Order: sequence, then C-alpha cells, then structure tokens
Amino acid sequence: MSENSLIKASDLGRVFDVSKPWLNRVLEGSEKQFLTAADKVHFDIPKGKTFALVGESGSGKSTIGKMVVGLLNPTSGNVTVDGEDLFNPKDKKAQLALRRRIQMIFQSPYASLNPRWRVKNIIAEPIKAFNLLEGKAIQTRASELLEQVGLAATDGEKYPHEFSGGQRQRIAIARALASNPEFIVCDEPTSALDVSVQSQVLNLMKDLQKDLGLTYLFISHDLSVVRFMADQIGVLYLGRLVEIADRDKLFEAPQHPYTRMLIDAAPRVDAFGRTADAVVGEIPDPINMPSGCSFHPRCPLANDRCKTEPPSLIKLDRAEVSCHAVEENRNN
Amino acid sequence: MSEEIVLTVEDLIVEFPTRKGILRPVDRVNFNIKKGEILGVVGESGAGKSMCGSAIVGLIDRPGRITGGEIRLQNERIDNISHERMRKIRGRRIGMVFQDPLTSLNPLMTVGEQIMETIRVHLKISEAEARQRAIAALEEVGIPAASSRVDAYPHQFSGGMRQRVVIALALAAEPELIIADEPTTALDVSVQAQIMALLKKLCHERGTAVMLITHDMGVIAETTDRVAVLYAGRLAEIGPTKDVLSNPSHPYTIGLMASTPSPTGSTERLSQIPGSMPNLRAIPQGCAFNQRCTKAISACFKHLPILEPVDKTDVACWLYDEAYKDEAAEQSKTQLKEGA
Repeated sequence: MSENSLIKASDLGRVFDVSKPWLNRVLEGSEKQFLTAADKVHFDIPKGKTFALVGESGSGKSTIGKMVVGLLNPTSGNVTVDGEDLFNPKDKKAQLALRRRIQMIFQSPYASLNPRWRVKNIIAEPIKAFNLLEGKAIQTRASELLEQVGLAATDGEKYPHEFSGGQRQRIAIARALASNPEFIVCDEPTSALDVSVQSQVLNLMKDLQKDLGLTYLFISHDLSVVRFMADQIGVLYLGRLVEIADRDKLFEAPQHPYTRMLIDAAPRVDAFGRTADAVVGEIPDPINMPSGCSFHPRCPLANDRCKTEPPSLIKLDRAEVSCHAVEENRNN
Repeated sequence: MSEEIVLTVEDLIVEFPTRKGILRPVDRVNFNIKKGEILGVVGESGAGKSMCGSAIVGLIDRPGRITGGEIRLQNERIDNISHERMRKIRGRRIGMVFQDPLTSLNPLMTVGEQIMETIRVHLKISEAEARQRAIAALEEVGIPAASSRVDAYPHQFSGGMRQRVVIALALAAEPELIIADEPTTALDVSVQAQIMALLKKLCHERGTAVMLITHDMGVIAETTDRVAVLYAGRLAEIGPTKDVLSNPSHPYTIGLMASTPSPTGSTERLSQIPGSMPNLRAIPQGCAFNQRCTKAISACFKHLPILEPVDKTDVACWLYDEAYKDEAAEQSKTQLKEGA
C-alpha cells in the first residue's frame, strides 16, 4: 500500500495556543491554554484513490485538510507528496512545483469565489500563478475546463452571482483542476448544496477522478456521502484517528464504539419510525480533554484502563482501531 | 391517534411584491395536521418550506403577505386576525423551534427567566410556581442538574443543550401545535438523534401536532407520520411517509429519493435530477418541474397540475391524469426505444 501512495501523513499534529493575553493571565493568575486540534494522525492515500475523514464538528477534520495542502504548518509530524516533504522542500522551485500538484475545494461556493471577478479569470488564476500557459491559450484552457465540469464555455464571461450553488461548486472544481493537480483536498464540498444538486456534483467528482486519475482527501461529516465517495475512511474523534478501515469494512463491521455510534445515529431513508438508540453526551471540551481514551465518558464499553491509558492504533484485518475494548475483545 | 384536526392550511398563497413583479414563494398549498401527528415538510432550499411555517405563525417579513387561502387552528381562522390576537396564539397555542438555538434565545437572560417569562405571559401563576414549572420543563427535556442550570445563560450551554432549552421553551405553555424549522441542521449527527428522539417522545406523550420542516430525507423517514414534498412553492406530493418515500409517484419525489445517498447501501453512481430549482422570477408555465422532468408531456407545459389521489398519496402530476394517460404511456414507450 505504501509503495504507490501519493500522499503520506505521518504523526501529524497541530496545537493551537488559545491562551488569554499576557496581562489577563498575570492578573487572573491563569495558565496558558492549548487546544490540540490534531494528534498523531497518520494515513496513506494511494494514487487515484479517495481517503475520507469523518467526524463531528471540532474533531479536527478541517485542520488536517489545511495542513495537507500546506495552508497550515503542523506542530509535529509531516506530510509527503510522492516522497517529497511538503513543509521542508529542497528549494523554492521544488516547493512551487509541489504546490501545483495540490488543490483544494472548499465548503461554501458562495465564499470561495471572488464576486468581483469574471468566472474565466477565476479559473485562469492558478494557470497564471504557476505560469503554465501564456496568452490566448489561457482563455482556451479556461473554456475547456468549464466544459469539463458541465458548464458552457460562454459562462466564463459571467460573474459568480449569476450561478446557482451547484454551478458555483462546479466553477470551484474547474479552478481546482486548472493547475493540473494530482491531489485535491475536498473540505465538505457538498454540505451547502441540496440533495439533487449534491448528487450531480458527487458524480462529477467521481467521473473526473476516473478520467484524470485524481487522488482525493474527502472531508465530510455525512456518512452517506462518504460511503458513496471513499475507498478508505478514517474516523476522527477530538483530533485523533479512532479507526481507519476500507469503506465496506467500516460500514459492515465497524469496530470502534464511536464509529458504531456514528453509523447508528445517521438518519436513514429506509428506517421508518426508527428511534436511534440514544447516544449519551456530546463532544467534550477540547481544551480540557478527558484523560486516557478521549471517548471514555461517552463509551458504553469503558473500564478503568480506558480512563487512564490512551489507546493507540492496533492493526486488524483491513482496519486499524484505537480502542482498548477492541484489543481485549470486550466489544461484543 | 385521534382524528381531531389541529391545523388546516387551505390554498395558501404568499406573495412578495417587488420592483420586478410579484413573487409567489408559496402557491396554493394545502395540508392539515391531526392531533399527535408529525407532518414533515421537505424540499430544497427556496421551495417555500420555511415560508409556509412563517405564514402559519404570522411572521412573514414585509412586504410579503398572505394573499389567498385560509389557515385554521382548531377551526378558527388565524390568517386574518390582528397582531395582538396573533401574539396571544404564538407561544401559547403554537410553539416554535428554529434552526439556530443561539439566535432564538436571549443572551442577556438566564434560560430560567426566559421560560418563566413565556409561562407567565400565557398563564396566570406566581413567580415561584413559574420557576418550579421551568425547572420541571428543563428536566423533561433531559438537561442534567436542572435546578441549578435554570440560572445559567444560553452561552453556558452546548449546542445540543441549547436546542433542548428551545424545545422546553416551545413546550412551556403546552401548545397544540409545534412548528420546528430545521431544528437539527446546526447540530452533529449524534446530538441530532438525541434531539429528534426527544421531540418525538414529548409530542407523542402530549398529543402535540408537529410541523417538521427539514431538507433531510433520513430525518423525515425516521420521525414523521406524513410528509409533504414542496417544489418551487407548490405541493408536489403529500401522503403517509412510508408510501411517499418508498413508493413515490411524482417524478420530483422519485428523483429526490434516488439522488439521496444512503449509508446502508453502496452504489457506484447516484442518479441525478438535471438542472436546479427555477428562480421564483422564472417559474415556467404549467408544472414548475417540467424543465427538469424526463417524463414531461404536452400538458405539463400548459396547465398547472392539481393534487389528485394516486395509490395512497396525493400527487400533483399530469402523468396520472385520466385524460393524459395515453400520451404518458406513449411517451415512456418512445423513451424506452430511445434508451434501447
């Protein structure tokens, strides 16, 4: 698996300093406070595959996404693209070449497109930034990209406000494709869209992946969307990966109690009148994280060991799980 | 479940006069909700779901207004009454739960004060008694240590707990009807499951009628008894949830169900409805769905379809009309040929 992996994140961690200002700390006698948004996250994404990160709000999905595209520096660990270190490149040129290969699609197509630019210029920006083409060829390429995502070449003359949400997300995809990337980080790309439009965009993303051999890191909170898109899935809880598994394995035989809870709580269109088993509690305060396994206050299987000793990922058949209960076979 | 009808909406029309003409976000919508029943109202953004809810509680922003139809609460018209009378109904007889719990609570008052205020506006009881009721209400919605949390401010609660407070507030005066507008959209799935279970339990216990507005088909399936599908301000289909979702008749409902990804089955490709919902300024003549519909026949472009019973649901679609049955059959035949 690791031989043909394009993206490799190892021991990725990010800590934010959320302390009050110095004077307040002195006056109130309070300590510095830190928020661990990501902790020892590691994954490999093979070329042409989709790795999905799922988790509830505050689980660190977007922080990891930003680190993988190089928008945020990690406090520990690193990301390699085709074996090259994203954060310590050999020289400026190598860094630029590396960045061209990575693009991102954001959640809100309303906020991620400049309202004062024509669509053709929005799409042409990455081409110009990386000096990929010159002169007239730029506009030809922009039209080509528009058609590739299912819009008309003439749409390039319009402004973003003239498009619906789904069409705007297509424009965002066209822009992401403009630098001929190999890897795209998609941060909740369809959560702002309606279902009928969502399916159009998801199908488009799948088709593009097939045609262009793209590799995706797909970030979402919606399990049904993830089930459709991903090849492999990592479940995050409070910045830590609790389970990594192949798609079918995760949905058919979830191991970690949190994964089971998430899958059980997801509303299903075929479950008429079902009342999902009441899940206890909510995601705890990430600044004062629980000791041991961070899921233990909500976990039905927790014992004394879970309260004191943080679990680490153990390898199972087609999956990795970080849970004492699974390790000790207490999970059934 | 008793057959007593709590809310009747008949031929409701809401219009917004603008410089570019009159917009109709709600166009001849009909439904009713029985005692103890949960009616789901589903549709994409801009379908008029929330506008229906606002019309019922008389909270349509100016210059919008109800220009046609009737809304009746227990056989009493509430669409044409004065603001003063409507204020007495809102909160007392119709409770409301909105999407974002932080904006629907007053940040400067403790949650206890807010619940007590609601109770005392509508019921003549002493402050001490109201406080006891507020604590009981918070306990009922599952807030731990209610007797001390009653003096906490909204920002001291988490999102899920805040939505519980809002539900306690909506139920405080024991209304006959609750309008819940996307109550769990801002919450995480695990918390969403808790809130939906709570809403369902409380309403069934008390026999409160609920109008649940959401875009999430999963929530509709698990929570509601009946469902109304809105498209461009018009009812496309209405009927028992199970029949509408597992055996939809309107092409829009069929498309919507097919394009909803499911967490239980794996598919390689989602079916999709081409295009997107028309702008309110450019709703086509005839059926509003005609430009996205693969089965459209000539009548769909000329006449507005009306709700007619098909199987167990009511559907607004010409394909099921006796007069056009032959053309519809012809159409699907040629499509099959083209497909082959």
